Amino acid sequence: MAHTPFAYNLAHLIGATVLMMGFGLLYQRRMTAVIRTYALQAMALALAAAWQAAIQDAPHLYATALIILLFKGMAVPAALQWLVRRLGIHRTVETALGIGPTLMAGVGLVALSIVLVMPMDIAATAITRESVALAMSVVLLGLLMMITRRNAVTQVVGFMSLENGLLLAAVGAHGMPLVVELSIAFSVLVAMALFGIFFFRIRERFDSLELSYLETSRGDSQ
Amino acid sequence: MTALSAILPGPLPLLLALPLLGAALLAVLPGWRLAAWLNVGFSAATFAAALWLALAPPPPGLFLFIDDFSAALILLTGLVGFSTALFSAAYINRDGKNHRLAPRHLRLYHAMYQAFMFTLLLALSANNIGILWVAVEGATLTTVLMVSLYRTKPAIEAAWKYFILCSVGIGLALFGTILVYLAAQTVMGDGSPAMAFSLMTPHAAAFQPELLNLAFVFLLVGYGTKAGLVPLHAWLPDAHAEGPTPISAVLSGLLLNVAFYVLLRYKRLLAGNPHTLEPGPLLVGLGVLSVLVAAFMLYRRGDIKRLFAYSSIEHMGLLAVAFGTGGALANFAGLLHMLMHSLVKSAIFFVVGLASQAAGSQRIADIRGLTTSAPLLGWSLVVGVLSIAGLPPLGVFTSEFLLLNALMHRTPWLGLTLLTLLLLAFAALVLRLQGLAFGPPSPLPGRDGTKPPRLFTRVIGISPIFLHMALAVAAGIILPAATASWLWAIAKQLG
Amino acid sequence: MIPLLWGILHTLLVVAAAPWATGLTRRVKARLQGRRGASCWQPYRDLWRLLQKDSVIADSASWLFHITPYVVFVAVWLAATILPTLTTDMIMTPAADLIALVALLGVARFFTALAGLDAGTAFGGLGASREMFIASLGEPAMLMVTFSLSVLAHTTSPAHLVEFVLAGHVGLEVSVGLAMGALLMVALAESGRIPIDNPATHLELTMVHEAMVLEYSGRHLALMEAAAMMRQLLFLSLIICLFLPWGIARPGDAAPWLLVGLAAWIAKVAALSVVLAAYESWIAKMRLFRIADFLGGALLLALLATIFLYVSEAL
Repeated sequence: MAHTPFAYNLAHLIGATVLMMGFGLLYQRRMTAVIRTYALQAMALALAAAWQAAIQDAPHLYATALIILLFKGMAVPAALQWLVRRLGIHRTVETALGIGPTLMAGVGLVALSIVLVMPMDIAATAITRESVALAMSVVLLGLLMMITRRNAVTQVVGFMSLENGLLLAAVGAHGMPLVVELSIAFSVLVAMALFGIFFFRIRERFDSLELSYLETSRGDSQ
Repeated sequence: MTALSAILPGPLPLLLALPLLGAALLAVLPGWRLAAWLNVGFSAATFAAALWLALAPPPPGLFLFIDDFSAALILLTGLVGFSTALFSAAYINRDGKNHRLAPRHLRLYHAMYQAFMFTLLLALSANNIGILWVAVEGATLTTVLMVSLYRTKPAIEAAWKYFILCSVGIGLALFGTILVYLAAQTVMGDGSPAMAFSLMTPHAAAFQPELLNLAFVFLLVGYGTKAGLVPLHAWLPDAHAEGPTPISAVLSGLLLNVAFYVLLRYKRLLAGNPHTLEPGPLLVGLGVLSVLVAAFMLYRRGDIKRLFAYSSIEHMGLLAVAFGTGGALANFAGLLHMLMHSLVKSAIFFVVGLASQAAGSQRIADIRGLTTSAPLLGWSLVVGVLSIAGLPPLGVFTSEFLLLNALMHRTPWLGLTLLTLLLLAFAALVLRLQGLAFGPPSPLPGRDGTKPPRLFTRVIGISPIFLHMALAVAAGIILPAATASWLWAIAKQLG
Repeated sequence: MIPLLWGILHTLLVVAAAPWATGLTRRVKARLQGRRGASCWQPYRDLWRLLQKDSVIADSASWLFHITPYVVFVAVWLAATILPTLTTDMIMTPAADLIALVALLGVARFFTALAGLDAGTAFGGLGASREMFIASLGEPAMLMVTFSLSVLAHTTSPAHLVEFVLAGHVGLEVSVGLAMGALLMVALAESGRIPIDNPATHLELTMVHEAMVLEYSGRHLALMEAAAMMRQLLFLSLIICLFLPWGIARPGDAAPWLLVGLAAWIAKVAALSVVLAAYESWIAKMRLFRIADFLGGALLLALLATIFLYVSEAL
């Protein structure tokens, strides 16, 4: 039994919340619910960043937290909801693998990341280990979502949840320079703009966001 | 020189500022004819800055630094960037004239071309692993925009696939980057020094080996996606085939190199720690797999650009085998191969671009008997394909020979496997070449109703091909002693 | 002597307070839906009225149908007494055990399902099959939560768990958070509350528990209803004593502390009932096949709790 200080425990609890939301993303069946869950995950992440800012005494992380909250927690979900409404795809999420098996695979991935991270001995900040395991789980769950959900929007949400995992790792890494966080926030912006353009074009041309429609043109043009 | 450095801020800032300035300028400039030439101008100036940089490398900084390896690749990037810009001026002109591309798309294209060059040069000169990551991500974003330029259904599919796969790869690479920082931070304390290659390498022995191992796996998957190594290569043929040809040339000739360069940087970091896993076998495994898959995929291609895209995968596989094997000789072979492949492959794409533009199709079946219908293009293609297939005495042969030589000494079975696969790929390429270059020519009408290009444009379009071919052939026949010893020194540094 | 006294008091308390908690939930829910709702004491009157009525029994029913209400009532009552409410210093404390609690609830469920089948009506069988479907997922999740908590505290006795938590041995553990999430989900399912089952409806498409007890009437029905109310109180108590145990008196505390414990317990039960009512008004009932995902999620949370427990143990 470890009698770990309150600060680290709370950080882990918030990290676990982010992870739970990752599972929530896999669990949801409706598009709007998926986007809402994503927003909750981003908010939990913002909380994690703010808490890290407090315990690391790193004020720049407050800025990160604010960016996450405003951008990923509010603007992106709102944009996605708008997109979903506009494209009329608010119905069921199409899955390549059932919800149950996906969740099971998710637990497997969490176990995997723990097995990988636990033997390490990150000496100066022993507690970082657990947050690395959490972050890695979130990353892998995002990857899993990208693989098992067929729809382009859910794939994008999976990608962004993967990015949430990256941010969780970045804010947990003690004293990591700001460069990376700002660039991530920026890249999300760019990525989102790109995605938006893509949606429109794909929508215009194929009447569906499903990637399997696109696959008909795969391979060589015969 | 002193007068020059009084006015200019130094080669490195210049090298990075020029393409950035170019991107900004070309993004607002409306006329596409002028933009094409400005693009050439900026690329030429960048190349000049790269030359200057190679002659007078600046001292390493916290965020940027130049060593021999990066200087060599910067030089190569400057050169291929310049000649591709030249080719693009001739090539894209025609797309603009026959309204295949709208003026605003051309503006986007030129701005993104310069932005892309900026990200490549930034990646090559970055010391900070965060900046390095941002640069590679930037390269993804800019090329996605260029691949989707034609706005056709396959182009959008290709760009989407490219974007999704590489974004995931880039994401995983960032996780690896964070893990490397964590490993460094425990030893070197908080802040930027724990993210700088030049400062981390001396301390690498004290890093947590398990953490470095985990980080390297993520980095290998992440940047390996960008390098087009086999289980992660799915984006590469599509992106090459559907984008404008100059982009295919720089994707193959430059972007893949840069992704590889990043992997090698991390490999060297790992080599500083005796307790980490050997990255070599991983790289060799992926490399052999890439060569295997690509060699077989070469046989059933119907699209000419896809054909050469698979050939790029094959050569990336060879690089992985070379650098994974390690040792001065294999590294030397790998370096030489990197340079030769960039030159020859981009030249081939130039030829293919001109040929398919003339034929109005990218299908191999539609392009026949080029040596008769367009002798200059046809024979360039013959030389290029024979060269990339590894026929002596051309440049690629030398590097492949050296690599096999190194392998035969270390792991003969691997050498033999690789030799078999290379012969397989050789046969596939020659088989295709026969139809493309010889036999009865398919008619090449100016199908799009535009006049055939003027002589000046034709010369501009074809001169980069000759430049690249001449360099590759020269390197194959007689590699200058100075170049060889320079490469040898880099190969030794790579360990 | 004193523990015996408290034990008896506690045993009476759980059976006496159960209808009140249910009544409170119903009342809050009614208010949230814009109705005035019946008083909190209405369930007592209902039960009293039912107890005075004769029981009508189907011709096809066997002896099983007769004994089931008594078995169920006793099993649930016993299970409810396992959990400490006002004090951990009771006569039953050494024998009480979370696994026994799960087993007793299992017995009650088993008999309820059998009785549902026994009368041979369509609804009874339907309810029984649904109940078993839910139980097959809910019970493992519940056990998994129990396991992870007992690994944490090195005990399966709820009273000792309470003492362990009160002694401050548990901080904000990730695994405790996960286990709480899992337990909340299981509690909703097991006490037949809204996203899983709707206690206020007799709609054949949705009812689960109500379908099984449809054939009961009179005093038998009163027992079954009382058992259901007690089960809901039991889960509230379980959440309280595992995650919000503050206020419960410990051995050695003076008698006034028991009053504090009682007051705290009543306040907590009331608060949780209100939360439950609010949650039920807010959420929609789930399709039956979605329940597998819901309880699968609970099982998964519990599994993760166990995994993370080993992580923090290794730390």
